[in-house]
Amino acid sequence: MSEHHTHPSVENPVAPSGDTVRVERAAAEPERASRGSGLMGGSFGRNLGLVLALLVICAVGVVTAGDRFASVDNLVTILRLASITGVVSIGMTFVITGGGIDLSVGAIVALASVWATTYATQSMANDTSWLLLVFAALAVGAACGLVNGVLIAYGNVVPFIMTLATLASARGLAEIISERRTQIVPSPDLPDTDGIQGFRDFWTADVLGVPLLVVIFALVSVAGWFLFNRTTFGRRTLAVGGNPEAARLAGIDVRRHTVLLYVLVGLCCGLAALMFIARTSTGSSTHGTLLELDVIAAVVIGGTLLTGGRGTIVGTVIGVLIFSTLSNVFVLNNQDASTQAVAKGLIIVVAVLLQQRLARRSTTT
Amino acid sequence: MRLPTTSRPHGRRLPGLVAGAAAVLVLSACTGSAEDAANDEEGSSDSAPVAAAGSNDESGDTVTIGFSAPAADHGWMAAITDNVRDLADQYPDLDLKVATGTNDVSLQISQVETFINDGVDAIVLLPFDGAAMTPVALKAMEAGIPVINVDREFDDPNAARVTVLGDNYGMGVSAGQYVCEQADGNEDAVVAEIAGIDSLPLTQDRSQGFEDALAECGLDVDARQAAEFTVESGEEVASQLLQAEPEIDFLWNHDDDQGVGVLAAIESAGRDEFTMIGGAGSANAMRAIQDDSGVLKATVIYPSTQGADGVKLARLLVQQKAMGDLVEVEVPREVQLYAPVVTADNVDQFIDTAFES
Repeated sequence: MSEHHTHPSVENPVAPSGDTVRVERAAAEPERASRGSGLMGGSFGRNLGLVLALLVICAVGVVTAGDRFASVDNLVTILRLASITGVVSIGMTFVITGGGIDLSVGAIVALASVWATTYATQSMANDTSWLLLVFAALAVGAACGLVNGVLIAYGNVVPFIMTLATLASARGLAEIISERRTQIVPSPDLPDTDGIQGFRDFWTADVLGVPLLVVIFALVSVAGWFLFNRTTFGRRTLAVGGNPEAARLAGIDVRRHTVLLYVLVGLCCGLAALMFIARTSTGSSTHGTLLELDVIAAVVIGGTLLTGGRGTIVGTVIGVLIFSTLSNVFVLNNQDASTQAVAKGLIIVVAVLLQQRLARRSTTT
Repeated sequence: MRLPTTSRPHGRRLPGLVAGAAAVLVLSACTGSAEDAANDEEGSSDSAPVAAAGSNDESGDTVTIGFSAPAADHGWMAAITDNVRDLADQYPDLDLKVATGTNDVSLQISQVETFINDGVDAIVLLPFDGAAMTPVALKAMEAGIPVINVDREFDDPNAARVTVLGDNYGMGVSAGQYVCEQADGNEDAVVAEIAGIDSLPLTQDRSQGFEDALAECGLDVDARQAAEFTVESGEEVASQLLQAEPEIDFLWNHDDDQGVGVLAAIESAGRDEFTMIGGAGSANAMRAIQDDSGVLKATVIYPSTQGADGVKLARLLVQQKAMGDLVEVEVPREVQLYAPVVTADNVDQFIDTAFES
């Protein structure tokens, strides 16, 4: 189905282009196709372009803002602001590699944040454990993912349309639940908020000076990388995205796997909602506005093929860092958001062009 | 369409008669209190402009008013519609038709067209986009239905009978003057600004006012970033701005809704060396000012009552009344609200009208 989009010459220069052979290879050896040769070879070439782009932005940062840019505090800020987009992007890498797309991530984050904080600020008495908040956010995220996945896999709704529908309805639901008001989780300074105080104390804590949000981003990245590159689940994702028919013939339950992919990104959204609550101390129906675009941009410049069948977690992480660092350099230099948007567009194009160049060279030589 | 043609002439003739009657009543009852005179009139519909204070609030002919505003996706905007609804409950002679809030210009246009077709007596319109709503507002005016334009101005002055505006430029001036006052001659003070959505004229006006007022005392804005009026964007922009400026003396944040995020960023950065001024005047911000425990020491008000003010003026307009405190016998053409600075000293005066985020 997506045979034409997988660029056999780039992916797998030695593979004969006959259909049957491709089918077998895709199903049996997707791991090789994706990883290139581990960190070297194909994916290294792709990531090299990104690393270069990131280094250029950092160099601009050091030259223009010097100490303020290179300070530990500032680097932690960059990572902290990257962490939410990062966590969702890891989940999105799986979905896109698996041949799908999820436009509803921002809306799911909003819904999960509102649902959790409505418990915290209204329904939940102070003596209820804050774990309920955590559970609520994750459950809402996973449930939204389940709805997306089931309707896409078993209802045969095109992912773009299905998640577009969820984008609209989840945000609408978030608005209804919150009555469009910002749900503020009480500050730890206030008395009589023991249950919720535990929540904020935990989520805003540092681990050896590193904010918990950054630690979560790191853990999710490592877990994502492992799941993607070292497990059957990862191999199946590549197979399903590369050629669903071949994957089916190879004995993979394509539909069930598709559902799992959307549940996975939904869970990431639930986690991101908790991180939003930690960062802003609120749940709001405006959280995650246009998050889907940042996430998809990061995943795509990271080197994941929008048509499925090829993906890289490392690339996604660097992609997220590129945007976060870019925004930081602009703010440090007191530049306005419009110039930043132009630069962002340029970066997307340049990074993708660079990747293609480098990837071609590293696979053909 | 039928309603205005039948009720309008009637409505026009009646106040004249009543004015005469009321004048006689007031004169004849000049030994009694003004209140008595007003009470005597009850049931005889309108009271004349010369009638006693408070008479504007008395029930008159039933007035049908169509109200349309953008979606309440923001504490301030939600408060606009809430205040309008509250007002309708206070006046039994007010038949209010509230259209669903929308950020879709074509939907808002069709809402106004429906009001015109229903023949309402007046339309109170807070446009999502003033320029885009101008033609349909003109159409309503041409159909003999007065339009009261609230908050975001039309392109054409003929498109509205009354315009009720907040003072965006004035917010900036108030915030700037407060900074000047607090800086007390220190021309080296570092001033930072977190604006709202930069593409909106209202944001540009606020920033211009701030700049102009600061210039009066030799200060300027050292760092300025725009956010998106959301908590999330406020937190993101503020946490980076704090990195950009290791020492700040004053920070003006245009909007108290995004201010929740700004304060979260300040808290997590552990910064407290500066004075923060808010904008719009949310109840949260006012409670923080009341507590006086954090960096937020003041906020400049952008009234969330202006939709309700628009409805109140529309009612007076249709009932042919004037604004009681003015000598003028007609409702004014433009009302611009003031942007006062709220501090710990006067917060009690404002907190009741503040909106919840």
